[in-house]
Amino acid sequence: MDYNDSDAGTSLSTGSGGLDTGPGGRLRAPLRKSASQGLKIVVVGGFGVGKTTLVGSVSEIRPLSTEEVMTEASRGVDDDSRVRDKTTTTVAFDFGRITLDSRNVLYLFGSPGQERFWYLWDQLFAGSLGAVVLVDTRRLKDSWYAIDRLEHHKMPFVVAVNRFDGIDGPEPTLARVREALSIEDGIPVIDCDARVRESSKQVLISLVKYLTRLSDSARSEQAGSGRR
Amino acid sequence: MSPRAIDREMPDRFYTITHGRVPGDDDPFDIVSLIVAERDPAPGMQSEHVKILQMCHAPMAVVEISAELRLPVSVVKVLLLDLLDTGGITTRHPLPRATAASGPAGMHLPDHDVLKQVLLGLQRL
Repeated sequence: MDYNDSDAGTSLSTGSGGLDTGPGGRLRAPLRKSASQGLKIVVVGGFGVGKTTLVGSVSEIRPLSTEEVMTEASRGVDDDSRVRDKTTTTVAFDFGRITLDSRNVLYLFGSPGQERFWYLWDQLFAGSLGAVVLVDTRRLKDSWYAIDRLEHHKMPFVVAVNRFDGIDGPEPTLARVREALSIEDGIPVIDCDARVRESSKQVLISLVKYLTRLSDSARSEQAGSGRR
Repeated sequence: MSPRAIDREMPDRFYTITHGRVPGDDDPFDIVSLIVAERDPAPGMQSEHVKILQMCHAPMAVVEISAELRLPVSVVKVLLLDLLDTGGITTRHPLPRATAASGPAGMHLPDHDVLKQVLLGLQRL
């Protein structure tokens, strides 16, 4: 994908080497000893929309991938009864990492919005700060399902339109995308180029600012009801 | 929190590693819980336990351990439970979900101060 390898290991001390090779012979960049709080944001979208590219362009490590199997214990967490007919469900997902400060480490997860992925949402992504729905305007339909599921899981999200072919040309405007996906006015819909670190960073900032607005209004509502 | 025995559904390779256990519903690990090794591997330990203790000299998230070991997250959780029970590791947990405020339409919202710290961190990138 299009992430820049030179971004890998920005948190490492020095040197051409400087890179630590883990037991699996893979690239590792240890966290600071003071790191104490892991946080997560999930990037969802259809196949090939650029999720790994977005994660990779802001991550301090080269994106890693892993998988989860749905186990007996967690089955039935989602309310979809079709799950019970299956024996094992496996989903693969990518992730990257951003060290925010001495304490906080943000993990970014990219996962296909395919159906079986949502069976594992609670097991993997409950407690996420929020989500980014990454959209390819040529395949808007791919995003409908993801948006529906995020609403179902009560996970706040922003919509980022990945203009990887350049913004010129006959692509729909953001207003059209908002309309086509029936996105409420308050929810940010923004352009991005997932290959560009600064652009991906702005997507995350939009999400966090949106979450802050929601949190502020929830707090003032609570304060308001307290006064009554 | 004792892992329950199952399960003919777990692939053989994982079954061998976990002795057929899966994490219970009350397993204490989030995928971004940070794991720290509290001691060195001892002789005779299962090789996956040894690897985890070696890689967690610096804090490491559950999901990173999973990627490094090339094992599913739930298999790693079983291994971590063993180490937690024997004092081999400690865990730095993310914020409990219960403390999150509820927003409009019952949305799950993160803690306000945490959001502030995340925003500052991202702006500094």
